[in-house]
Amino acid sequence: MAAGFKTAEPLEYHRSFLKENCRPDGRELGEFRPTTLNISSIATADGSALVKIGNTTVICGIKAELTTPPNDAPNKGYIVPNVDLPPLCSSRFRPGPPGEQAQAASQFIADVIESSHLINTEELCIEKAKLCWVLYCDIMCLDYDGNLLDACVVVLLAALKNAQLPQVTINKETDLAEVDIQKKRPLKINRHPVGSSFAVFDDSIIIVDPTAEEESLSTALLTVVTDEDDRLCAIHKPGGTSLSGEKLQHCINRAITRNKEISKLVDKVIKSMKTAK
Amino acid sequence: MRTMMELDQSCSVLREYGSEQSLISKPDGSSTFVQGDTSILAGVYGPAEVKVSKEIYDRATVEVLIQPKMGLPGVRERAREQCVRETCEAALLLTLHPRSSVTVILQVIHDDGSLLSCCLNAACMALMDAGLPMNHLFCSVTCAISKEGQIITDPTARQEKESRALLTFAIDSVERNVLMSSTTGSFSVQELQQCIAISQKASEQIFQFYRDSVKRRYSKIK
Repeated sequence: MAAGFKTAEPLEYHRSFLKENCRPDGRELGEFRPTTLNISSIATADGSALVKIGNTTVICGIKAELTTPPNDAPNKGYIVPNVDLPPLCSSRFRPGPPGEQAQAASQFIADVIESSHLINTEELCIEKAKLCWVLYCDIMCLDYDGNLLDACVVVLLAALKNAQLPQVTINKETDLAEVDIQKKRPLKINRHPVGSSFAVFDDSIIIVDPTAEEESLSTALLTVVTDEDDRLCAIHKPGGTSLSGEKLQHCINRAITRNKEISKLVDKVIKSMKTAK
Repeated sequence: MRTMMELDQSCSVLREYGSEQSLISKPDGSSTFVQGDTSILAGVYGPAEVKVSKEIYDRATVEVLIQPKMGLPGVRERAREQCVRETCEAALLLTLHPRSSVTVILQVIHDDGSLLSCCLNAACMALMDAGLPMNHLFCSVTCAISKEGQIITDPTARQEKESRALLTFAIDSVERNVLMSSTTGSFSVQELQQCIAISQKASEQIFQFYRDSVKRRYSKIK
């Protein structure tokens, strides 16, 4: 009977749960789904990670290539994120060129990388105006069940922490680059940005970590990205119904708590990798 | 009909801004919005036919296209389109036109900073010109936080480049709450609250401008 009600009146079905301060999957309004993280999943990539937030599964692979630095910043390298939402992850995505959601997510991740000063692009430069690294970060969603942006931020952070770049020297005589695969060094990560997404229902109720159903029924979506010093790197609310100042503050506080939980998780996984070696 | 206003308040100084409506004949509504040297031309078509694959059974489908001054629209434009589209979707009464489309096309004439704000303001004026029913109006203000911590409203392209954070907010006309927020750069929570307060104050001027321009326009019609 509940299944029939859910199909016929999905909004009323969700509202009946929200009235009791809980959600159809049994979570509290402020509870995140269980998050699991796995790194070095892709052996052929220079760094990789897989994250699952509930059912949402996102994988990131980092490939480093050599290129010439940009003309306007000859002492910097490139970091190029790309978010892909293939038809595999959900029936709402059709095959073909990336849709608006994928492109907006790619732009969001690029902005987070720049805003949080995640890595110093100067470190990616090998020789000024001659040679630098370009890190292609390919983020692919394997299972879309809401809260894509949070998962992308976490998986990118974990993959970059896991990435190892080989040593490159320029031979003075031949002027060619020599790559030493045996000597690898990790990237220096300055900051640990972590995102928290919220959905607003009926202009007043805020729920944390929405599933795909909750996202489609919500009236507004908000993503807050904080770093470990409690500074805000992004407040991304692409539109929808308005949010008052105090509700926004409440979301920011929740995001700050979430940052600590995820940082602990990432550190634990990285440490476990090192001890396993 | 052209309306120009120059404002000079100590707290939220906006550049000289102006707008013109109904300037192109084919779209159902059109407008330009100029903020300093940044200029956007907006055209609105709607309610019109929609492709069966894109139609929604109980609401209108809103599509936004942002054409940059040079080249083809890229990923950056798509992110801006998402912001403009969702803001328009919340403001328009979409359930009055099910299985129809409302298309907002924004052409960048010149970009001298505060581009997303100018796009949203132009879109709102064009939607008003098209006569589409809305439950509230919206306007947008950009704040830049300089490296010394000073907050500048409506920054030029140079000021944006030299800032350490850029925050764009869309404010609604009824309760002055934040409808849309798009930020780059890192900032503290206090700076965020300050920028929101400054944007809400600056939005008063822009809403007054909307009201005056509509009043002036319709007072001539018998």
